[in-house]
This record gives sequence, structure tokens and C-alpha cells, in this order.
Amino acid sequence: MNQFQYVRPSKQQAAIEAVAKDANATFIAGGTNLVDLMKRGVMAPQKLVDINRLPLTRIDHDPGKLRIGALALNSAVADDKQVREHQPLLVQAINAGASAQLRNMATTGGNMLQRTRCPYFYDTAMPCNKREPGTGCGALEGINRMHAIFGFSDKCIAVHPSDMSVALVALDATVLVSGPRGDRRIAFADLHRLPGDTPEKDTTLEPGELITAVEVPDNPFTKHVSYHKVRERASYAFALVSAAAALDLDGSTIKAARLAFGGVAHKPWRLTAAEQFLVGKPATEETFKQAATVAMQGAKAFKHNEYKLRLAPNTLVQALKNATAA
Amino acid sequence: MNNEPDLPPSHDEARRNFLKQSSLLTAVALVPAPVVQAATAELDERVAAAIEKVPLKLEINGKKYKLDVEPRTTLLDLLREQLNLTGTKKGCDYGQCGACTVHVDGQRVNSCLSFAVMHDGKKITTIEGLADGDKLHPMQAAFVKHDGFQCGYCTPGQIMSAVACVREGHADSEAEIREYMSGNICRCGAYTNIVAAIQEVKNGGQKV
Repeated sequence: MNQFQYVRPSKQQAAIEAVAKDANATFIAGGTNLVDLMKRGVMAPQKLVDINRLPLTRIDHDPGKLRIGALALNSAVADDKQVREHQPLLVQAINAGASAQLRNMATTGGNMLQRTRCPYFYDTAMPCNKREPGTGCGALEGINRMHAIFGFSDKCIAVHPSDMSVALVALDATVLVSGPRGDRRIAFADLHRLPGDTPEKDTTLEPGELITAVEVPDNPFTKHVSYHKVRERASYAFALVSAAAALDLDGSTIKAARLAFGGVAHKPWRLTAAEQFLVGKPATEETFKQAATVAMQGAKAFKHNEYKLRLAPNTLVQALKNATAA
Repeated sequence: MNNEPDLPPSHDEARRNFLKQSSLLTAVALVPAPVVQAATAELDERVAAAIEKVPLKLEINGKKYKLDVEPRTTLLDLLREQLNLTGTKKGCDYGQCGACTVHVDGQRVNSCLSFAVMHDGKKITTIEGLADGDKLHPMQAAFVKHDGFQCGYCTPGQIMSAVACVREGHADSEAEIREYMSGNICRCGAYTNIVAAIQEVKNGGQKV
């Protein structure tokens, strides 16, 4: 691993300045992804700014919204009484990710900012526009069974790996950010971006901007929720496809729905058209299948991931059935 | 001189690196001791730029350590290579197998994916710190009784994880144990016996 300078500021502003003024500096929190990438030479920051001393671990429920500090650990969020009461979909999604050990290390902010697990991104002997812009996309004509079916470009077909983010995009979360030019709020759906011509940029964050918290507004989705994740072993693997489903039911009629896919695009994939389709309809398998057809509009497969064109709608239908039965 | 073969730039580069390193060492010598000491809580850029190694205080298995470590040293490598606590194993070194599991302030973590300097002031428990003298921890005894291993390489990580699993309250059923132990891979496939060992400790009601 490359040598680097290590700093541990106790003030948020000092941390932000340290990263903003140095293009080779980066924040480190849990480190579960960054340390991995540094060991493999995929990332080689010259300076690590350890933010673990900043007071960003609180989880609060204020009237109307849940506020989760960026340094709240994944395990702490999933075990928190307020989160379990108000946002059970988020709890399911977090517990579907990684292992108990990693959830004890990974933070809320870091989980959102984890990099793709595309094997071409991870292998420095391979071309990858995300790792090294201009070198080409190894996955496009390579082994692409794990890759995107929505929103890709000819520069990058990688998928975002976070489970937690799939729930957060479905639940209309907002990301609170502090940077060298002050504070701002980003709708969760706008935090991650599509690859386009600049796949090296995963998010819309500016240099030096630090995620300080995420807010999730109160909603009626406290009972009929399901995060359904399909992977190649029963636990501790990234999703082939996952689906988040939250329903507000009046008897068997759907009053409102929130839906999103994971493992299908460069960002967590919100399914607003399918949500609208469900409103006012009966919560039956037939309706769910029709909604899944709506959800899949525009999907396109590559050589090895055609199975996702069947797996994704089936996963969504299963998530909706689970949510109804919950 | 166009025909001169391309020589690797190794001589010049090596010399440059040597000079860089010597000046860094001089810088370390010039940093007054109180500055280095003050750095343990907050480490500001002035100090970090001047020192190669970062001061680090840890309590490991009840013993206090005052160390100086390179920032890129993982907690796992510190334990094994510098402190000779080789009970904690290096399996994959990428957070995929769980062989390196230790407790930091009572929480199980992958020590391979964590820089040691990030744990300043924390309490670490490794497999060496679990037994009470010659008396095995109940989880260790249960692993022996149920044959919860074959080759034994993953066992320290399995046991550290299993103890945490029970303490966390995630050992209420076989399914829950399997889910919450999924971060520990056993390539010999001793899973059935590992689950039995954990269930015995959980149901035995002993203090873990």
C-alpha cells in the first residue's frame, strides 16, 4: 500500500478544509471499502482525513422526520428503536448488506459512498473508465453478468452496490452536506449519478463536501415493507438484484407505494412509474406483475446478464407480496 | 546521444528517495516531544507532515500499550507482526472471510480492514484475551465439545464472532445464528457444529 499522511481533526471545518485544498486527500470513516481499495492499489490517496472524532453519530427522531448522523454505524442504525419504529424498510435493507462485523464498522455516510464492486474496476490490470478515465470499459465486451440493465453508458455499465441506499431512495431521504462553500441539502435520488461520459464521478458531491447526516421523512410505510435481495449465497454477498417495496394499504387497496431496485444501475433505481401504477389498485399478484412490467420499461441486457430481465421483475413481485403479507 | 538505451531511472530515483527519507527523519527529530504527545487526541497537519509514525495508545486484552505505528499498518498486522499476538488470523486480508475478527470496545470488527491508528484509546480483545488463565471461555469449551472446527484456521475469528453474536442477542434460532455468523467463512465446512456450539452457550445461560 502507498504511504499516506494521516490526520485526525476534531473540528468539522478543519476536516473539510483538509480535503478541499488537496486533490489527493480523502475522508475516511469506517474504512471498510477504502482500506480494501487501497490494499489493491485501486485508490491511492496521499492524505487520509479521519473524521471519526467528529460528533456525527446521533440518531434523532424529531416531529416529522428521522435524522441519522453520517457516522452512525450501520449496526447502530439497524438496532435503533426509533429507526425500527419509523423506518422498518431501512432496517431490513441495512441488515441485508455485508456481515455483522462490517456493519459494526461501516457508517451511514460511507455506505452511500462505497464504490462499485465491478471486477474490472477492482483489477488494476484491466481497463476501466471509472478507475482510469479514457482506458475503456472492460465489462462492456467482457464478463458482464453482474452489470447494469438500466441507465448505463458506453463508458461504464457498473452497478452501485449499497443495499441501504436502495431503501433511502425509495423513502425520499435527503442528504445533508457541509462543504467549503457552506451547507446544502441533496435529495437522495440526486446524490448518485448516472455514468454518462464521466463514470469516474459516482456522486454529485463537490471536492471537500462532507455528508453530515441523512433525513428520512415520516411516512405511512411502517408495516407493509420488504427488502428482498437475491444473491448467489444465502447471506453476505452483493445483490444480483434487490427490490425495496413499501405499501400503504386500505384493506386490500393500495393507497400509496414506494419502490426501488438495487443491483441494476449505476445508482439506486427508484421506480416512480410503477409506484403510480399501483395507486388505487388491489394488492394482488396480478397487479404486482403488471407493475413489474411497468418497472422494467427501458431495461436492456448485455451478453451475460440477460437473466436480470426476468429476475428483476420477479424480485419486485416477491417484495410486493412480502410487503402485503407483513 | 539518441542511441543511448533507456536506462531505468532507478539510481537517481533511489537517491532521491533516500534523501527524502533522511530529511523526514530529521524532521521527526526536530518535532518537540510535547507536540507529539499532544497529537494523540487530535492530530493536526503540522504534526502529521513531520512524523512518519503516529503515536497510538491501546489496551489489548487488559494490557496497556504505548506504540508508534505507521498509519498504513492495519490493526491485524499490528497485532500479529508487531505485538506477536498471532492468535488472530489473516485469511483473505480483504474483509471477506472473518478470520481476523477481534472486539474493539466490545464490538466485533474485521481487523484487516482497519488502520490501527484509527483505534487510539480503544480497548481491543483478541482470542488470547478470552480465556481466564487456563480456564477456557464457555464458547471455546463449546467449540471443543462440538468439534466446531477441522483445520482450525478460521476458529479464532469464529469464536470471537460467536461470543459477540450471543452478547448482541442475535443467537435466538439456528437461522438467526447462521445469518449473524455469515461474516465468518469456514472452508472445512464445520458450520453445523459451530451452530451447535453457539446454541449450547446461548441456551446454557452462562455469562459470555
